[in-house]
Amino acid sequence: MTTQQNLTRIQLSINDEQRTVDVEPRWLLSDVLRHELGLTGTHVGCEQGVCGACTVLVNGQPQRSCLMFAVSAQGSEIRTIEAATPVEGLSPLQAAFEKHHALQCGFCTPAMVLTAEALLKMNPNPTEQEVRVALSGNICRCTGYQFIVDAVLEAAEAYRRVSSTTQREGQ
Amino acid sequence: MKPVAFDYYRPENLADAVQVLQSSPQAKILAGGQSLIPMMNFRLMRPETLLDITGLTELDYVERTDRGLRIGALTRHQNLHMSKLVHEHFPVLAEAAGEIGHWAIRNRGTLGGSLTHADPASELPAAMVALHADIEIASSDGTRTVPAEEFFLGFLTTDLGPNELVTGIEVPVSDTSQFGFSEFARRPGDFALAGAFVELHGTDRGAVTWFGVSGGPERRETRFPQNRQEREAVFIDLTQTFDPLDEPEYKRRLAVTVAEDAYQNAAGRLD
Repeated sequence: MTTQQNLTRIQLSINDEQRTVDVEPRWLLSDVLRHELGLTGTHVGCEQGVCGACTVLVNGQPQRSCLMFAVSAQGSEIRTIEAATPVEGLSPLQAAFEKHHALQCGFCTPAMVLTAEALLKMNPNPTEQEVRVALSGNICRCTGYQFIVDAVLEAAEAYRRVSSTTQREGQ
Repeated sequence: MKPVAFDYYRPENLADAVQVLQSSPQAKILAGGQSLIPMMNFRLMRPETLLDITGLTELDYVERTDRGLRIGALTRHQNLHMSKLVHEHFPVLAEAAGEIGHWAIRNRGTLGGSLTHADPASELPAAMVALHADIEIASSDGTRTVPAEEFFLGFLTTDLGPNELVTGIEVPVSDTSQFGFSEFARRPGDFALAGAFVELHGTDRGAVTWFGVSGGPERRETRFPQNRQEREAVFIDLTQTFDPLDEPEYKRRLAVTVAEDAYQNAAGRLD
């Protein structure tokens, strides 16, 4: 049995940048992001889809990067935590996480922020229950979730302001 | 851990995919990969050849037919959950799809993958049996259709041949039946410990289809007495007709509870 396989060339849009990577088909997207592209903000916890730490946005939707071969992601748009901070400073979500102490060790945080971002984009007016359900696939062993939920609900206000502005501009 | 090396094929269309299956019948099909990849990460599965059908966008659809709805094998669980057509015609299917794993899992997992994997605790195989769906299958010999009830043969086992691929399903719309759904899991997103679909034909006849209680979907035609105690007695008798894989007493008790919830759910849709 060979351990080295032929490399396959794939193209991905990562954080709005076109990247070309040569991958072995058996390489997980999480490993390619971390080892080949140096995007170590994507954390790897359980490698079986349970902990949610490796969640990234694939074509805008949260997906587990440990349950996807990078080669299958050919042509996809990937968004990782490295793209979450605007040039002018923390995003409303990040600022709310800071304000509410929504992280302690920080291991789950990148995936929490990305999942919350996708939720608020889809639904800028979530109930507490909807926030909890959306984040239920992301395990945090420090905070007990309450402060994370508080932060997401507060950040939702900022998303509502943005979406109402966009709507007015669209009219 | 990491998966072992494998040969990788990514066909662009169904014709190419069945061709690969014909020449490499040992190939494992990768659709959403939400069950297959964890097993490969653990090296519980070491397929020599992987046929990645992610690119077969022709299998990603929900469409109205004369009989009912046709749904493509590559339809993601989240899209099944959100689909207007599915909501309109089969609210229980939309509801059940929303209970599969977590949001991130539903965004990747597919209908065809779930049916082919045939995990006894999964919602969709039982939904197909309960809703009288036909499973559409393709191979290099052509296509064939199997009623869902004949497709699931037991624990992780289906009627699918090594050179075959599930391409979609068709669910007939019924004017006379109402359906209800219920499941019990310890936490949202966990595998259900037991679940049930109830079909009510009129007010007192129909069927219960359970999942998570044995090796595969268990459909039983039955009558539904109006009196709750009598109805429970009927459910208790029915649960004696299948063999739970573990904790039989507990599973049978749960099976009665979810059947009653699903019944109430279906009865609520009668008016």
